[in-house]
Amino acid sequence: MSASSSPEINGSSAVPRLDVDPFAMNFFADPYPTHELLREAGPVVYLDKWNVYGVARYAEVHAVLNDPATFCSSRGVGLSDFKKETPWRPPSLILEADPPAHTRTRSVLSKVLSPTVMKQVRDRFAAAAEERVDALLEKRSFDAITDLAEAYPLSIFPDALGLKPEGREHLIPYASLVFNAFGPPNQLRQDAIARSAPHQAYVTEQCQRDNLAPGGFGACIHARVDDGEITAAEAPLLVRSLLSAGLDTTVNGIGAAVYCLARFPDQWQRLRDDLTLARNAFEEAVRFESPVQTFFRTTTREVELSGARIGEGEKVLMFLAAANRDPRRWDKPDSYDITRRSSGHVGFGSGIHMCVGQLVARLEGEVMLTALAKRIAGIEITGEPKRRFNNTLRGLDSLPVTITPA
Amino acid sequence: MSAITFIHPDGRSDHIETSDGESAMQAATRHGIDGILAECGGNAMCATCHVYVDEAWLARLPAVADDEDALLDGTATERLPNSRLSCQIQLTPALDGLVLRLPERQV
Repeated sequence: MSASSSPEINGSSAVPRLDVDPFAMNFFADPYPTHELLREAGPVVYLDKWNVYGVARYAEVHAVLNDPATFCSSRGVGLSDFKKETPWRPPSLILEADPPAHTRTRSVLSKVLSPTVMKQVRDRFAAAAEERVDALLEKRSFDAITDLAEAYPLSIFPDALGLKPEGREHLIPYASLVFNAFGPPNQLRQDAIARSAPHQAYVTEQCQRDNLAPGGFGACIHARVDDGEITAAEAPLLVRSLLSAGLDTTVNGIGAAVYCLARFPDQWQRLRDDLTLARNAFEEAVRFESPVQTFFRTTTREVELSGARIGEGEKVLMFLAAANRDPRRWDKPDSYDITRRSSGHVGFGSGIHMCVGQLVARLEGEVMLTALAKRIAGIEITGEPKRRFNNTLRGLDSLPVTITPA
Repeated sequence: MSAITFIHPDGRSDHIETSDGESAMQAATRHGIDGILAECGGNAMCATCHVYVDEAWLARLPAVADDEDALLDGTATERLPNSRLSCQIQLTPALDGLVLRLPERQV
């Protein structure tokens, strides 16, 4: 790895050029040294490997996220520029959209996943978490990814959406595809798209109104067609957003929290001593591990960002995970501290595109960690954790553990 | 610069200096006031920076916007006529002396 500086242009400060590949396997295996290199090289860097600008410090990541008029989403939030390339699937009406179009669709999903709705589903989600812990206590030794981080969201979220029982095995592969597709045309992305047809067919079919159970999040979205808020053609694509972003993300979020609590027994003990810390223990895991590592934006005009001049139509890669451990913003950034004031982290993004399902994620995380801490004295990692590689998501494929009942 | 006061449910109060341009939520988190969670970081998406505005000040605040109104329906403690989200209260010199009461809980 090396960093070199380009000559100063038009009075703007030079942008350091780095030859790192933040979508390579060796990067995914241990991204932290490269995150530090990116942060310390300058407020804005240029990555020659993919011809993109990058921001890895908290202040610049936050600034880019909060200026959607300059750093737009409608040209794709992956490397692919929708103005120059045909998107691999019809663009999302919310993630890959700008105001004013975004404002209308966003408002529909915000209402479907509002704090009021969370109050209604809370007891059901909490009961399912208790049942999951019952099953885990019987096993004692299990894979905390498959049997916990995946099993729990799978036991509630597809039902909450109102999905049919058949075909749910496509959900995680579809989400994995979506998040790989934000990356560059590397092996991960190409393989994912090559295998995408059956998953896409399932999702397209499942998003239709007739295939969604009454009362679920999916049916609630379609009901907005009757109010005239969205069209009948838009509703299935908005349901698709929940299928794309509502499951694999929480799997990785819960996986991250369990991995943290198993690695840091002092934090696990603090949680056991005070169960009201469960929600913040999850939030801090989202900061610490950042299940969603990166997103891109595209500049709509020439702009100066922290002294760096960026032309129009440039892709800017935001390193959310690096911002979440920027020592300029966080005290002891590399410590997992469940009592930290984690408000302001960008693990869910920030600004108008901040995760619309963040309340679902927090609810799942809170009730699952509460249920675990109530009845389990200790979690011991009993085998080498295996990483799952994805262009955007960070998480484990396997985490063998043994638990001790309380 | 102005100062505002947060009154906790147990009657204890915190009087804090604020900077122009920040929200009441930002001032609270900057000063480490417990009772303001602000999980979404001020993006009007979570309803965990709920406050009850002192009656004397209520009319001096800008009106509740639609998104704030919808979120207030989902607050953890009861929504009252003087309920607001503190992330939507932009502090100005005119709000010097503002008094905000904290609810029992935010989630």
